[in-house]
Amino acid sequence: MRYLPHTDDEIEEMLAVVGRKSLDELFCSVPDACRYDGVMGLPEPMDEWQLTAHVAQLAEAMQVNHTYNVLIGAGSYHHNIPETIRTVMSRSEFVTAYTPYQPEMAQGTLQGIYEYQTLVTRLLGMDVANASIYDGASALAEGLLMGLRVAKKKAKVAVSAAVHPHYREVAKAYLEPTCYEMVELPVGPDGRTDLSGLATIGDVAAVAIQSPNFFGVIEDLETLGKDIHAAGALFITSFTEPLAYGLLKNPGACGADIVCGEGQSFGLPRSFGGAALGMFACRDEFVRNMPGRLVGQTQDLDGKRGFVLTLSTREQHIRREKATSNICSNQGICTLIAAMYMSSLGGSGLGELARLNYSKAEYFKAQLRAKGAKIVFDSPTFNEFVVEFKEDFRPTYERLLAKKIVAGLDLGKFYPEHKGRYLFCVTETAAKEIIDAVAGEVKP
Amino acid sequence: MSTTNIPGANGIIQNEPLLWEKGKKGRRGMCVPASDVPEAHFPADFQGQGVDFPDLSEVDVVRHYTRLSQWNYGVDTGMYPLGSCTMKYNPKINEKVASTPQLAAAHPMLSDALVQGNLQIMYELQEYLAAITGLPGVTVQPAAGAHGELAGMLIFAAYHKAKNSKRNKILIPDTAHGTNPASAALCGYKPVPIKSGPNGILDIKSIAAVMDEETAGIMVTNPNTLGLFETNIREIAEIVHAKGGLVYGDGANLNAVMGIINPRKCGVDVMHLNLHKTFSTPHGGGGPGAGPVCVTEELSKYLPSPRAVKEDNTYRLDYGGPESVGRVHAFHGNFSVLLRAYSYIRTMGAENLKKASQLAVLNAAYIKEKLKGTLPLAYNRPCMHECVFSDALLQEDKISTLDLAKRLIDCGYHPPTIYFPLVVHGAIMIEPTETECKEDIDQFIEVVKMIVREAKENPELLRQAPMRAKTRRLDETLAARHPCLCG
Amino acid sequence: MKELSEVIFVEELKYTEDHEWVTGSGATLKVGISDYAQDQLGDIVFVELPEVGATFAKGDQFGTLESVKAVSELYLPVGGEIVAVNDALGDAPELINQDPYGNWIVEIKPSDTSELEQLLSVDAYRQLLRG
Repeated sequence: MRYLPHTDDEIEEMLAVVGRKSLDELFCSVPDACRYDGVMGLPEPMDEWQLTAHVAQLAEAMQVNHTYNVLIGAGSYHHNIPETIRTVMSRSEFVTAYTPYQPEMAQGTLQGIYEYQTLVTRLLGMDVANASIYDGASALAEGLLMGLRVAKKKAKVAVSAAVHPHYREVAKAYLEPTCYEMVELPVGPDGRTDLSGLATIGDVAAVAIQSPNFFGVIEDLETLGKDIHAAGALFITSFTEPLAYGLLKNPGACGADIVCGEGQSFGLPRSFGGAALGMFACRDEFVRNMPGRLVGQTQDLDGKRGFVLTLSTREQHIRREKATSNICSNQGICTLIAAMYMSSLGGSGLGELARLNYSKAEYFKAQLRAKGAKIVFDSPTFNEFVVEFKEDFRPTYERLLAKKIVAGLDLGKFYPEHKGRYLFCVTETAAKEIIDAVAGEVKP
Repeated sequence: MSTTNIPGANGIIQNEPLLWEKGKKGRRGMCVPASDVPEAHFPADFQGQGVDFPDLSEVDVVRHYTRLSQWNYGVDTGMYPLGSCTMKYNPKINEKVASTPQLAAAHPMLSDALVQGNLQIMYELQEYLAAITGLPGVTVQPAAGAHGELAGMLIFAAYHKAKNSKRNKILIPDTAHGTNPASAALCGYKPVPIKSGPNGILDIKSIAAVMDEETAGIMVTNPNTLGLFETNIREIAEIVHAKGGLVYGDGANLNAVMGIINPRKCGVDVMHLNLHKTFSTPHGGGGPGAGPVCVTEELSKYLPSPRAVKEDNTYRLDYGGPESVGRVHAFHGNFSVLLRAYSYIRTMGAENLKKASQLAVLNAAYIKEKLKGTLPLAYNRPCMHECVFSDALLQEDKISTLDLAKRLIDCGYHPPTIYFPLVVHGAIMIEPTETECKEDIDQFIEVVKMIVREAKENPELLRQAPMRAKTRRLDETLAARHPCLCG
Repeated sequence: MKELSEVIFVEELKYTEDHEWVTGSGATLKVGISDYAQDQLGDIVFVELPEVGATFAKGDQFGTLESVKAVSELYLPVGGEIVAVNDALGDAPELINQDPYGNWIVEIKPSDTSELEQLLSVDAYRQLLRG
């Protein structure tokens, strides 16, 4: 086996040093009753070439593959990824290192994460960003728990029903065994969160709003933020599409206290939903309540700039059961990929790309409207929007699938009231011809 | 002019500023496609000021990250005996498999029929992990070890709730992983610390004395963080089960015992595995990992959903029943990590996985034997995949474990885990893994012996170390007193 | 870390088994940590202080001291109300390391001065450290 370097002679020699007669004898402290009976039921080993052929078969079993135009976003977006990222980010010094516990030999990872933290704060308009959470969903759950810690004695959190349904499910799972309650806020006919019932809920530590929300609708964060603060709650914002902030006012400018979302759009492939990247930021005053790792700047003995993991006393390995979270290091390389993507685009590139996504979606809306389809929500959207067709869209969907286009996501599974309505997404990767092809199939 | 601003380099270790200290407004590092649609008007009310990112050219960005990478040390650079972290070699073919375009481009919300290849991989990986642990119910959703622990604790809570049994405590030995108390606390359990016995393992009496019907169960790391097998695990599990509790197995140290022990037979009900440790997926400078959870048949209904199932040669996602604890990840966990672990298991097969465990233990036992005259052993018992030494001898020379670790950097090694587990003073925890060959291990042993000699003869070499890294010793106190978390 | 012979004691203070010191006997008392405690903790990087006006019973946790890799809890030696906190420690937690007896942490108004009698004299505290 090519990963196991020991020759038989070496094994004998080493066994003699440790005073054992066989490899089995190394496990003399394991009682018989604990032992594995027989051989583990796993397939026979494959060599590199057999494995390559096997994976090719699995790839073949993917009816929808990379040659399809998938017009679905809903928390996982298809954006162009520059070759520089694949090449440089596969360097083994990044990939095969671990958490930078020895900072002097991990300055690459540490400076990279510090830069990531900085770019995220600039993107979101916040004071401090951590080194990541698993994904946008767990970031929301952690954000809600943090809100409850900051607010101390309150027992409820409120979450907009326009937050990604899976994110709400994850938040619910995290809160289930605790003494806290999660309340949902309804969505109005404009596709935006309706806060009018907030006052009657009471005892709310924090309110979470996603923008652009699950329907692609841009929430009026500034107004919501004022109302939420007036109700005495913390204002948490969530997002699934960070590219939107190349164009939109950032959450910080709208008064957000905690911002949490998904960073996959920034250089990570969709990869069936993971590896993802939970972005997490807050205001300075809350930093000691923040979950997750943080990298900070410092100096070495010669006064030279360097970076270390810091404020670790918030974390599980030191504060144990009183920690701000159980999270350890998590999406390491994904943070570097996102930072490389953000710096490759630059400020002007981010704005230009965001505007292109916006324009594509507006063009798509216009083409669909021309075919008599209804854009369900009038409010401004980013690169996603909800469509209602005059007739059952399923046959059209199937025809488009045969043309290698996946035309949106049926919302019925997530919102029974929107059954038969489709959530569409277009990014810079969807050519005008594809958009026209979809509109062309829609029966007027 | 500060040192960082001196142009050029220190030998071939290049200096490199922060991203925003370089570049020029107007540069661009990647293409934005030309627009083929009319530009749409965006409402001014919602429009931001533009984001203050630096503008860099493609070469700026490539050089930046290439230089950063050169300040790092990875498993591909050399031996990385970081105890408890299983820094084994990460096979390159696994990277290729993970980037297979058909698999990697898949959107996570496509209907099952369109993504059969990915569902097959998830399903088969679940089956493999079930075979390895003897626990038939598997979720691959958790994104890391700690996330798996949380999923496991959610299952504990759901199980006891279904039984109408109010429990608010959980037993956690002092040799368990550091994350365990925080994971349990997220589910409202108060950790009850259990002292390990004089020989470094749990004794039966100490569990019997505290296990009661208000205790949800126990979280055991086996082999424990001292690298010792918990010989009494079955008896302990019986005590816990007799009081209606469950046994959680922290599988972070599974690399020692694949195909050798059967966790189910040890009495474990719920166990998470770290695919980035045992199944060789790269650690990525701290992630992404994956922390699948395996459970008994009885507990399967509580697993997070959805999971992949197979029916008549097709695969689908099963969303479970009302008992499921629900989702812990937006989609299917870190699928790209699952692909790598799948690839590794298919490459290794049962015999080689067992052999890997045997050799991991052999390597650790060999280091223990060769170094026990140089550094004091914490416990002189047969070790599993790691061995733990204390700083008792170094202290005589007023040398700390940290000094020894930093000197190892100058000698070209990543230091072992230090100051953990907490039960050993100044702990030095060495886990070589099976992928280190004998001559590299022999060289490491010689270097440790040399450093211990230096501690007596030239202690300043240790106190001043590292001298040959990108930076000298960094001031962590300054970083924490005056946090500077963004530039 | 210091040898016991190097640890500084202040004769007129009262001490607790949790390595805190108390001074004053009348209306208010000042509380800090001993030289031994600051030396064990190492470089203190953060002090979490209670709110003025909060009341605690004897032995309650009223704050924490953090070093880079440890958190230690502060327990009130005598029950009472917090009447002042040493705000200087917010910006300069290192003051405790530099002069543990010159830098108090909180000032309290004791609710029951008889609790003072249970505190340790300097000799008793020195004896405690000798073990």
